[in-house]
Amino acid sequence: MSLSSKRELEQMALNIRLGIIRAITSNHGGHIGGSFDLAEMLAVVYSDFMRVNPEKPDWDQRDFMIFSKGHAGPALYAALALKGFFPEERLENLNNPNSLLPGHCDRNHVPGVDATTGSLGQGLSIACGAALAGKLRGTDQRVFCVTGDGESAEGQIWEAAQFAAHYSLDNLIAFLDWNKMQIDGSNDEVMRLGDPVRKYQAFGWNACLVKGNEVMAIQRAVRRAVEEPNGKPSMIVLDTVKGEGARCIVEMANNHCIGFSDELCGKVMEELREQGRKLGMEVE
Amino acid sequence: MKIRYTGQKAEKEVFQVFNETMRQLIEQDARVVYLDADLMGSLKTQELWKRYPGNVLNTGIQEANMVGVACGLYLNGFKPYVHSFSPFASRRVFDQVFLSVGYGRKSVRVIGSDAGIMATHNGGTHMCFEDIAMMRTVPGACVVDISDPVMCGAFLKMTRDRPGLTYIRMPRRDLPDIYPPETAFAEGRGMLLREGSDITLVGCGIMVATCLQAAELLASDGIEARVIDIVTVKPLDEELLLDSAGRTGAVVTAENASVLGGLGSAVAEYLSSVHPVPVLKVGIQDSFGRVGTESFLRKAYGLTPESVALRAREALKLKQAL
Ligand SMILES: Cc1ncc(C[n+]2csc(CCOP(=O)(O)OP(=O)(O)O)c2C)c(N)n1
Ligand SMILES: [Mg+2]
Repeated sequence: MSLSSKRELEQMALNIRLGIIRAITSNHGGHIGGSFDLAEMLAVVYSDFMRVNPEKPDWDQRDFMIFSKGHAGPALYAALALKGFFPEERLENLNNPNSLLPGHCDRNHVPGVDATTGSLGQGLSIACGAALAGKLRGTDQRVFCVTGDGESAEGQIWEAAQFAAHYSLDNLIAFLDWNKMQIDGSNDEVMRLGDPVRKYQAFGWNACLVKGNEVMAIQRAVRRAVEEPNGKPSMIVLDTVKGEGARCIVEMANNHCIGFSDELCGKVMEELREQGRKLGMEVE
Repeated sequence: MKIRYTGQKAEKEVFQVFNETMRQLIEQDARVVYLDADLMGSLKTQELWKRYPGNVLNTGIQEANMVGVACGLYLNGFKPYVHSFSPFASRRVFDQVFLSVGYGRKSVRVIGSDAGIMATHNGGTHMCFEDIAMMRTVPGACVVDISDPVMCGAFLKMTRDRPGLTYIRMPRRDLPDIYPPETAFAEGRGMLLREGSDITLVGCGIMVATCLQAAELLASDGIEARVIDIVTVKPLDEELLLDSAGRTGAVVTAENASVLGGLGSAVAEYLSSVHPVPVLKVGIQDSFGRVGTESFLRKAYGLTPESVALRAREALKLKQAL
């Protein structure tokens, strides 16, 4: 397996953020915080691990990507556009009426999306089903799944956690976007999550904590999960900052779902251009 | 009924009335509690949360647990109000609502916001058309679809001690003013908003104002429509419906919800057994939700004054053919 370099992955992550901005600013706003902080994870998984075919999105040997935190649709869509599932211009249709790009992940309208999500807490179960099917069919498919820390208050998440361990779904590799924030405030104010690594370990998973915005750390963790299956599902807890990628977004008191003025867009783009220069990329 | 409808947006948004009313209720009665599942941000109730930590509690994103906790709070002396977006306050927790609240005879008020197309940009996963149908099947339930901010405040207050399930479905904003401030509402009592002898238009929620607009369209063609805000889809104001069907001989219902099991079904179920007249239904015709602005979605699903007027003309033809 040949893996991407740090620079390549960072370039991909930047392109994902540019795609997110393109999508979200086209309709004056959206779920920026929990989309931005997933850029590095998506860059790693889609560059190095996801075996998919943009020409044939429903290829029956493909790996799956289930976004349980469905409001991060713009992030997934940006990665899919970069992979060639649909033209990048389509990102500008996000949430436009009649558009085929609804803000929440939608498998009916968007090629490459494996599950329709947005009602939180349901995606990890869907991922369990897809992983179990891979086991029953005897394929070597992998199933990736992305959950939120606020979302992890839902009981169904822990039903799925128990299920995945019981059925030894070591082809299931889940992420927890541990940005410590949800809508009404921090997890600690709203509903304490505690230590997610120890919780998943207690449920019988392999679980580890990685810096969620460091591509090489994520690459190592995913590589271990796919190369050393041990009969347990894997949870990679991404230690992130909600809105990571632009200081002006991170510094907002609440960046969950925000309106986007031209001014704000200008500020974000300035930061992204600066990052591009450092990576030797031309950013318009 | 004297109304103050002008077609303009209300002076106060629903979420403002919700905040003011909950504050009054808590000030008056220390046993009032309001629980939310990480959607205080959407109703802008975080100030209340800070100010009344013993009465306002966040459960995080766990709607099913929230309903159960509300039941326990009731058992030990409290008067719970719970809120989430309508799909998560109804469909997501229907068994908890049906059994723990309804069957177990607790007194709990469930508030489902952004009902129907008012979920706009949140799209299909958040767009709940079936809550009226589901909640109507809970024995003893009161199901109200809020058409104006005054009504919202009134029902929050009136139902504080009401036994069983109370389901309050409402948008968060963008309702018009219909009722004068001190209007008295009652469970099972519809409001006659406009007199007319040719046809009856029965609406609930955001479709009440749409019915008033449709009545204007019809009036310009010489058709006099009687307009009713049903207020509570359950219990239904049977007396007012029977009287109206008798006077006008044809009915059109209008709801921002599925016609399968909703207001239109309730009205047709009742009238068909006591005084059969044509009942035509404006509402969501067996479809899922989708993304869009309110005005786009009204056109897409036929929730406009024009579609209500069109159905009214069809109902008149049916009446004449009888
Ligand atoms: C069942 C359900 N309840 C409530 C919501 C509304 N909602 C959307 S996003 C969100 C907060 C999500 O927080 P988290 O999982 O931490 O996501 P992130 O911080 O990564 O954006 C809430 C409450 C929902 N979509 N689904
Ligand atoms: Mg979070």
